[in-house]
Amino acid sequence: MQTFPPALVELNRLSFGYGDRVILDDVSLRVPRGKVTALMGASGGGKTTILRLIGGQNRAQSGTLLFDGQDITPMQQNELYAARRRMGMLFQFGALFADLSVFENVAFPLREHTDLPEAMIRDIVLMKLNAVGLRGARDLMPSEVSGGMARRIALARAIALDPELVMYDEPFSGLDPISLGTAAHLIRQLNDSMGLTSIFVSHELEQTFAIADHVIILANGKIATQGTPDEVRQSTDPLVYQYVHALTDGPVRFHYPGVSVEQDFAAERIA
Amino acid sequence: MSWIKPRDVGFATRRHLAELGSGARLFFRLLSTLLGSLRRFGLIRDQIHFLGNYSLVIIAVSGLFVGFVFGLQGYYTLQRYGSSEALGLLVTLSLVRELGPVVTALLFAGRAGTSLTAEIGLMKAGEQISVMEMMAVDPVQRVLAPRFWAGVIAMPLLAAVFSAMGIIGGWVVGVLMIGVDSGSFWSQIQGGVDVWRDVGNGIIKSVVFGFTVTFVALLQGFEAQPTPEGVASATTRTVVVASLSVLALDFILTAMMFTI
Repeated sequence: MQTFPPALVELNRLSFGYGDRVILDDVSLRVPRGKVTALMGASGGGKTTILRLIGGQNRAQSGTLLFDGQDITPMQQNELYAARRRMGMLFQFGALFADLSVFENVAFPLREHTDLPEAMIRDIVLMKLNAVGLRGARDLMPSEVSGGMARRIALARAIALDPELVMYDEPFSGLDPISLGTAAHLIRQLNDSMGLTSIFVSHELEQTFAIADHVIILANGKIATQGTPDEVRQSTDPLVYQYVHALTDGPVRFHYPGVSVEQDFAAERIA
Repeated sequence: MSWIKPRDVGFATRRHLAELGSGARLFFRLLSTLLGSLRRFGLIRDQIHFLGNYSLVIIAVSGLFVGFVFGLQGYYTLQRYGSSEALGLLVTLSLVRELGPVVTALLFAGRAGTSLTAEIGLMKAGEQISVMEMMAVDPVQRVLAPRFWAGVIAMPLLAAVFSAMGIIGGWVVGVLMIGVDSGSFWSQIQGGVDVWRDVGNGIIKSVVFGFTVTFVALLQGFEAQPTPEGVASATTRTVVVASLSVLALDFILTAMMFTI
């Protein structure tokens, strides 16, 4: 069992669902400070929901969700906004503001939350863009950049106010191998150089295991396993084994549930 | 054979009430943003430019043609009673009291309202609204409010342009083409139009329509399903709901203004 540094985010017996559909069922987990934590699991397993809960965009139905010791769930808007200013979130497709240039996108949080002089804003924006390697793209519009670039710009925007926690929603999906490697490298490097705590949701095994300190695998609204990448890789849980080794059939069935093959074909013969 | 179950009626009623409630809440939220929005007037100014300037051509050209038609129709009708010199008054009163505010509002709903709905809906679909919330920036204050106040300010200005162009159109047809006396055309307008009763009420109408159309457009965009189909149907709803609201409100306002 590894020893945890103090947690920045802590979920205690958290449950969440839409109507009758349960997404998270009595989940407890800790996101260690200063580390890179990966959330994995089959689609629809509630990984993105955890990020939305931490950001206070969805409210848990029961349990507590502590961010730096404060419970997010019962917060009023102004308290929540104060907490969000200490978080950065990278959405799956970047979600850049389409009517603003790359420079203005990164400057947006600075303009909204600070009264810094224009020269200072310019310096900060160029520094952040430089950190993601896109200082030269400052004058482009979001429609002119590729998907991988859009996500790096959104990352520069997410770290513009120097947050403590950065959340990445599927940062690797739909990227070519080069962009994927760049994205993974950036998550690790920014985490260490800026002293961040990072959480990312991913389906991509190789890069995720390469950069994460702590891996959490969710299945059916519960935590199937968690630990260091090596511990997770060696897990004997059949579901985790299927996931980590990308097997077609296992506890997650290849066939969509229905009547048995024999019944289907027998029915045909009678007709 | 399926009957309407009381349960379904109940659910539908509750859903409509909830929609009404969230719409009313957004409306009062928007009204409460006035001071905060005025502090950053630059944002409103950009939106006035966007909404007003881009609607200007359609408003001006429509006004001119409505004026042409009024000049013709009005002349043929008035001439029967031998009072064709009252043409200017007829055109002006019709435009300033009714057609200016109403037709401007309908055109504004089609031109600017749809683009507002689509813009907000696409921002929602592209998670731009969510990302703003995650940055601790209130999207109602930052995105909706400047557009709302810009619409409220732009509408009476556009209505004024429409009416002015219409009067010019009526003058072109009546005076230049048909040959009504130019002096009586203008002096009838001067003598017969009351600044408060006619022009003032027209301005009040177009301000009310400005609130209505802009609010409907923003609400539809903000409540749209964040998918391409959702944005498309929200855009259609904007035109339908805004147009019907404008016509219904126009009747109520006219009844209040010109009967008392």
